[in-house]
Amino acid sequence: MFGLNQKDTKFLLIVVALTLLTPFLLNPFPTDSAMAQFNAGYPALMQRFAIYGLMAIGFNILFGLTGYLSFGHAAFLGVGSYSAVWMFKLLSMNILPAIILAMIVSGLFALAIGYISLRRSGIYFSILTLAFAEMSYRLAYSVLTPITNGETGLQLNLNDPRILDGAADTSSLPVPGLFGMKMNSTYTLDIGAWSFDFNVGFYVCAVIAILGFYMSLRIFRSPFGMMLRAVKSNQQRMNYTGLNSRPYTLAAFVISGIYAGLAGALLAAMDPLAGAERMQWTASGEVVLMTILGGAGTLMGPVLGAGFIKYCENIFSKINETILHSWFSFLPDSLESVVVWFFARFVGEGWHLTLGVLFMLIVIFLPGGLVEGGQRIASWWKNRGKDEDSSNQPAE
Amino acid sequence: MSNKFSRRGVLKSGAIAGSGLLLPTYLRAESHSGFTNAPTGSEVVFGFNVPQTGPYSEEGLDELRAFQLAVEHLNGEGDGGMLNTFSSKALDGAGILGKKVTFVTGDTQTKSDVARASAQSMIQKDGAVMITGGSSSGVAVAVQGLCQEAGVIFMAALTHSNDTTGKDRKANGFRHFFNAYMSGAALAPVLGSAYGTERRAYHLTADYTWGWTQEESIAASTEALGWQTVEKVRTPVGAGDFSSYIAPVLNSGADVLILNHYGGDMVNSLSQAVQFGLRDKMVNGKQFEIVVPLYSELMAAGAGSNIQGVYGSMNWNWQLQDAGTQAFVKSFGEKYGRPPSNAAHTSYVQTLLYADAVTRAGTFNPCGVVEALEDFEFDGMGNGPVLYRGADHQCFKDVLVMKGAENPTNEYDTLEIVETTPRAQVEYEPDHPMFAGGDLGQCNPGA
Repeated sequence: MFGLNQKDTKFLLIVVALTLLTPFLLNPFPTDSAMAQFNAGYPALMQRFAIYGLMAIGFNILFGLTGYLSFGHAAFLGVGSYSAVWMFKLLSMNILPAIILAMIVSGLFALAIGYISLRRSGIYFSILTLAFAEMSYRLAYSVLTPITNGETGLQLNLNDPRILDGAADTSSLPVPGLFGMKMNSTYTLDIGAWSFDFNVGFYVCAVIAILGFYMSLRIFRSPFGMMLRAVKSNQQRMNYTGLNSRPYTLAAFVISGIYAGLAGALLAAMDPLAGAERMQWTASGEVVLMTILGGAGTLMGPVLGAGFIKYCENIFSKINETILHSWFSFLPDSLESVVVWFFARFVGEGWHLTLGVLFMLIVIFLPGGLVEGGQRIASWWKNRGKDEDSSNQPAE
Repeated sequence: MSNKFSRRGVLKSGAIAGSGLLLPTYLRAESHSGFTNAPTGSEVVFGFNVPQTGPYSEEGLDELRAFQLAVEHLNGEGDGGMLNTFSSKALDGAGILGKKVTFVTGDTQTKSDVARASAQSMIQKDGAVMITGGSSSGVAVAVQGLCQEAGVIFMAALTHSNDTTGKDRKANGFRHFFNAYMSGAALAPVLGSAYGTERRAYHLTADYTWGWTQEESIAASTEALGWQTVEKVRTPVGAGDFSSYIAPVLNSGADVLILNHYGGDMVNSLSQAVQFGLRDKMVNGKQFEIVVPLYSELMAAGAGSNIQGVYGSMNWNWQLQDAGTQAFVKSFGEKYGRPPSNAAHTSYVQTLLYADAVTRAGTFNPCGVVEALEDFEFDGMGNGPVLYRGADHQCFKDVLVMKGAENPTNEYDTLEIVETTPRAQVEYEPDHPMFAGGDLGQCNPGA
């Protein structure tokens, strides 16, 4: 089905099901329980899961397949956001023109940067992309302020023209939508003690992310994908056989740049603001972290990595000492303050530490990322009934 | 397989399961009383969104201390602080409208994107009905926009840019802190009497919204005094090393250096300017001087002896002698063992003002709160009589002109009050050119 073999079709359908059921999966705890702190099923975070997942999928086409490590992907995210917000300001609050322009602009941007950067490989390529991204950031932050509005970020105004929308009411800012469906409208389903949010914006992001995932699946399985893998395993040898690999790497670079631009446009569509810090090197580094954490070169890994990092950032950073005190209030006072002090280093403002420790553990013990962890558990589960000898038998 | 699950059976059980799921279902928005996150239980949630990491984290953490103190006082714990001196007596220390105040916190990392993500999670997940915080004007403007769209109130804490209540003002956003224009208006006369009216000023400015508006304001008010502006140089935020920017000052013919920097940047640029020996120089037959238009205690502590004799302005200082200040400093000091900063004061006051407005309006509905806060006059919060102007949601009050203490007696006694500039001197029209182009719009109650 869909031009995929049976195994991949099944894989795709599982991904589709998981994505569509996200509102349930991320809200496993009743709303009023103490564990509700760990619920992540609110619209803004679900949207970010899908958007950053999409960006990591695109990054993985470049990094996972060709091995070219770009440290400048945030630039495309930022360019996509700025293009989208300008579309909202000038043309229409419908997200389609915004998404299309963002993909075109980020594609052109990636073409220009890729054309220059891909003349080098390895660390030199990484540094070139990093330099371009940092340059874009500085430009957006303080030079091109008429276009980017500097540090404050580009925002919608009441008196923007919005040619296609005609004269709307002037009392409040319009909300981005898709043919009348507003991105921020949410239906809340209450079942017993649980409540689940179904948000239009999330489902728009989810559908686009699934399409992006499908595209990446097709690329992975195509002759083009094979060529990209060949670049990763031995580019020199490819060149010696007389094959010019640069068009392939440039194509991969542009495709992943378009993915990032699309993600940027979606960020702007969910929350119409584009800020320069979206292009900062830390944002580029975050995508690299997501991909490595989840498992570079695997299809599902980057999405898991993106979810993992965004979860840490949004959930752990909100646990403060007051909450810790309420958790450990059963302990004697002196012990409680010690325990709270200890855990407070890892939550709230210390969430970066938690992420760092987890990242180290995963890179050291699971070099293939979260996907490798999943595979190990799955194979352990499969083999648990069998006796030791059979698994120790040498292969024929 | 196929005879186990007949089509009819599947349809039947599906229909039963479906109706079972739908039975306890209702659209939550409809059960609300017409605005976002209307508190239904016995508690009401505030969102404290401050930088806990990054260049302004010191300010952010001090704001957080003040927020927690304010919540305690609202819930009737502790000694009540400024509730006892506040001119409005609507609050009685039993929560707000009978509901206990709870709060959630978030880390903005001084980035607009992160701050908005954090505010969204407070609104969507935790049901916060009011968001406050901010230590950078860019972040404050971004979060204020978000709150306007989401239909909750934003009580801006530390934000000094003219734009927050100027070009980017919003109906759901309120600012108690003073702004760059007020700094200029308060500082200029003091500078004039101290340094004379024939000075040549050189600006080093943090290259973002706040820096630009402050540079504009200070240049305008010093030029009105008769000063000349030699040059305005923009420096990147978080530069760390300013020596390459300070060296040209010596040869420019300027005799005053104005540092439009804040936080760690200001500590670095001031320290380096002093190390370059700028303040020992005689230029144009006059002693070279440095001015830091926006001061904070935390910066003063960081700059150490370098700030001795340097002029700047503040919204409030713990050394003031009125009853409100004393009550606040006492309860803050007892809880945290240190005097509160300027940023802590505005955070505390904003929280109380919101609570008071809700009580007077009798509802948490943002539109009711906006109505109660607009053109509200109050006293007893450490700044003398204050007006919350309805036209732009900016507070008008006295501004303090400060000077680095020549002989500090302890680590908190680093600044001394030179003059309390009366409110009338720092007032301006809502459509003043530096604030023009903004539109409050209408209050948005959300759902």
